Amino acid sequence: MVSLKVGDRRVLERHEFPSLFRALEAKGYRVVGPTVRDGAIVYDYLSGVDDLPIGWTDRQGGGMYRLERRSDQALFGYTVGPFSWKKFLYLPRERLWTANRSGDSFVVTPEPTDGPPLAFFGMRACELAGVAIQDRVFMGGPAPDPGYSARRRRVLRIAVQCGQAGATCFCTSMGTGPGVHAGGADIILTELIDHHRHHFLLEVGTPEGAEVLEDVPLLPPAPDDTSRAQALLAATAASMGRTMQTEGIHDLLMKNLEHPRWEVVARRCLSCTNCTMVCPTCFCSNQEEVPNLAVDTVERWRRWDSCFNLGLTEMHGQAVRKSGLSRYRQWLTHKLATWQDQFGTSGCVGCGRCITWCPVGIDLTEEVAAIRAAPAVAATSEAKK
Amino acid sequence: MATEAHPPLGDHPLGAASPVHHPYAPRPFVVRANIQETPDTYTLKLDPRTPGDRLSFKGGQFNMVYVFGVGECAISISGDPAHPEELTHTVRAVGKVTNALAALKPGATVGIRGPYGKGWPLDSARGRDVVVVAGGLGLPPLRPTLYELFRRRAEFGRIEIVYGARTPKDLVFAEEVRDWLTRREMRIQTTVDAAGRDWYGDVGVVTTRLPDSRFDAPKTTAFVCGPEIMMKLTAQALAQRGVPTDEIWISMERNMKCALGFCGHCQYGPSFVCRDGPVLSYRALAPLLAVKEV
Amino acid sequence: MTETVNEAIADRVQHHPFFAGMDPTLVCAMAAKAEVRKYGAGEMLAREGRPSEEFFLVLDGKVALEIGGADRLVITVETIGRGEILGWSWLVPPYHWRFDARATKPTEVIAVNAATARYALAAHPALAYQFLMKLLPVVGERLENTRVQLLDIHGH
Repeated sequence: MVSLKVGDRRVLERHEFPSLFRALEAKGYRVVGPTVRDGAIVYDYLSGVDDLPIGWTDRQGGGMYRLERRSDQALFGYTVGPFSWKKFLYLPRERLWTANRSGDSFVVTPEPTDGPPLAFFGMRACELAGVAIQDRVFMGGPAPDPGYSARRRRVLRIAVQCGQAGATCFCTSMGTGPGVHAGGADIILTELIDHHRHHFLLEVGTPEGAEVLEDVPLLPPAPDDTSRAQALLAATAASMGRTMQTEGIHDLLMKNLEHPRWEVVARRCLSCTNCTMVCPTCFCSNQEEVPNLAVDTVERWRRWDSCFNLGLTEMHGQAVRKSGLSRYRQWLTHKLATWQDQFGTSGCVGCGRCITWCPVGIDLTEEVAAIRAAPAVAATSEAKK
Repeated sequence: MATEAHPPLGDHPLGAASPVHHPYAPRPFVVRANIQETPDTYTLKLDPRTPGDRLSFKGGQFNMVYVFGVGECAISISGDPAHPEELTHTVRAVGKVTNALAALKPGATVGIRGPYGKGWPLDSARGRDVVVVAGGLGLPPLRPTLYELFRRRAEFGRIEIVYGARTPKDLVFAEEVRDWLTRREMRIQTTVDAAGRDWYGDVGVVTTRLPDSRFDAPKTTAFVCGPEIMMKLTAQALAQRGVPTDEIWISMERNMKCALGFCGHCQYGPSFVCRDGPVLSYRALAPLLAVKEV
Repeated sequence: MTETVNEAIADRVQHHPFFAGMDPTLVCAMAAKAEVRKYGAGEMLAREGRPSEEFFLVLDGKVALEIGGADRLVITVETIGRGEILGWSWLVPPYHWRFDARATKPTEVIAVNAATARYALAAHPALAYQFLMKLLPVVGERLENTRVQLLDIHGH
C-alpha cells in the first residue's frame, strides 16, 4: 500500500476504472455521477462504471441539446447536462422542521441532517466553481444553512478536466476553467484516449482523495502524460463556443438599468425559469407551511423558487417586479453584477446551461455584448461612490 | 393540565427538540396583551415561554412572527429596547398571517425568529440635529429608536418629528403621540391626508411639515420610514434642504421569507433587505429608487 | 387709508415669506389695498363658488381647505399655515374660489384686494413675471402633494 501525497500524479488504466468505484464504496461513499437518461446526460446515483455515458457526447446551442455517439468509448466525452451538482447539496425540496402542538404552545423538531457521504464523480471545473460559489452563499454568512453545511462536509469531489469545449461554454471568460487548479478537488482526472491507449492521468488533490486511492491500482505517469493533458486543456480553452467580456461589467449593467436592450430581450423571455433551475449557482427558495388536517402537526418545507416567478416579490397584494423585463433584468444584473457586491465574485461560472436550456435560446453573452456595444453610460472601472 | 403528550405550559423542552441556534426554527412566545390601535392595527405584547429566549434588539430591526399552521411574516419590533423582557409588535391586519395575529387573545402562542436586520444608526447622529419622519405604519419601526433618543436627549441637537397618517383615526400610538406633543425637549408635528371637521391639526403630506421644522440641515441626521413613495419624496425634500444624503436613512420593505439572506426574495439591487437593511442609506439607494421595478 | 397705514401693511407684506426678495415697487403696488384681519376658530375666509375678491397671506394660525358638502361628507384636503399664501383663483377668470377655506384656530392674515393686485401686475409686466414664477411652484407643489394623497399610499 503506497501512501500518496497531495500533488502526486499517477495513471489509472481504463480497465482498472471499476476499482476506483469499489474503493469509493468500500469507504462508504454513495457515488453520484453522469448517466444517460431521457435523452440527456444527467447526474444520478451510479452503481458502476457501466452507468457512465460511455461513448456519448453532447451537441449544444442556444435552446438546443442533442446526444450523439462518439467514435470512441470515452467515459467523459461530453461537457455539461441540464443538472448541476446543486440538487444534491441544496435540495429542490427539503423539510426544515416539524412542529407539534403542545397545549397552547408548540414544539419544533428540526430535520436531522445526517446522511451518507457522497462522491461527486465527474465534476467539471466550472461545476467546482459553482459549488464554491454556493458554499459562500449557504455557509459564508453568520448563520450557515444546517442542511447544506452537513451535506457539503460529506462530499468527496472527483473532478474530470474537460477534453473538449461545448458550443455554449465560456468558462475561460469567467476564469473558472477548463483546468481544475491544484487542491480544487479531492481527486483530479484527465481522460487520455487515442487508438493505442485509454487511460487517466490522476492528480491527488487533498488528503481525503489520497485516502480513497490507497487500494486503487495506480501506475507512475508516462513522460508525456502531463504534457498531453496540458495540450488537451489548452485545446479546450481555445475552442470555447462563447465569450464574455467581463471588464467593468458591474457598472456596465448597473448604470444601464433603463437601456433599450432590456425591452428587446424581454419580448423573447417567457419567464419559464429554466435558466434558474439549470444554473449551478441560482439559490432563490420559498418556504411553505404544510399542516396536517387536524392542524396539530405542521411541516416547514423549503423548495427552489426563481426570480422569474411573480410571487417572489409579492407585497401588499401585487408583485414589485411585475413586468417580464424587470424580472429578466433582475436575474442578469444579480448574476453578473450585484452578486459581486454580495459575495465578492461573479455569480456566473460560464457553463452555458442557461443558453442551452432556454426554450428561445436567449444568450446572456450576447445580451451583455449588446449593452456594451452601445451603453447609455460607458463601462467604468471607477469604484462606486 | 399536564399530560405526557402535552407538557405543562411554561415547561418548554428546549434541549434537543428545539436548539436555539437552528436558524429556521421559531421560538414560542406567549401573548400577554392585544391592544387595538386603529380599525386595522393591533399591538401585541409578548413574553418568551422560556426566559432564555428573551431577545435584545435595536430599533429598526424586525422579527419573523409565526402563527402555527398559518405561516410567518416580517414585522418590525415596536417596543422599548431598554425593556427586552417584553417584546412588542404592531401589526396591520392585511393578509393571512397578519389577520391571524390580529385575532390572537392573551395566552395564545406565536413563534419568533430574530431579531434580524440593521437598525437606525442613532449613534451616528450624536451631536447632530435629528429629524424623524414617519408615515402611517412607519411609526412602529421608529418608536424603539425614539424611546432611546428621548432617553439620551443630551447627546443630540434639535429633535424634530413629523408623523403623518391617512386620517385622524389611523394615527397609531395616539395617546403616546398626544403626550409627546406636550413635551418640550423635542417637537412633533402630526398631519393627515384627509380629515373631517373634528380635526384641528394639519392636513397634507408629511413633506408639507418640513418648512416649519427647524434644523441645521448640514448637521442633521434623518430617519424616514413609511410607504416607499413617501420615503422617496421626503428624502428628496430633505436633501434639497441641504441634509447630506448619507445622513438620510430609510427603511426598505420587501417580501421576506427566510430573513437570513438565503432565499433571495428580499433583494433590492445589491442589498438583502433582511440582512443589509431594512435601514439603508438614501445615498446608496437613490440611483435605484429612480428606476421602476428594481 | 393713510400713507402710514399703507406703508405698514406693505412692509408686512414685503416681510411675509411668500414675498421675500420681491421687488418693493411691485409689492407696494399689489398691496395698495390690503388689510390685516383676524378670524376666530371656525370662521370662513372663503366659500367655494363665490367671487374671489381677495387673496390671503397667513401670518399666524391655520386654515383648512375643504371640499365636499351636499350629499358628501366635508373633508379637509389641505391646511395652510403661517408664511403661506392662500388663493390663486383671483388671477384667472372666472375669479371664483374653488374650495371653502375655514380657520381651524384663531388666525391672522393679510387680506389683499384681488382687483388692485391684478392691475398692479398688468402695469408691471416684468415684475409680474417675477410674481408668477413665485406662485407657480407653490401651486405645482400643492398639485403634486394632492396627487400623492390621491395615491392613498397608506391604504391597501
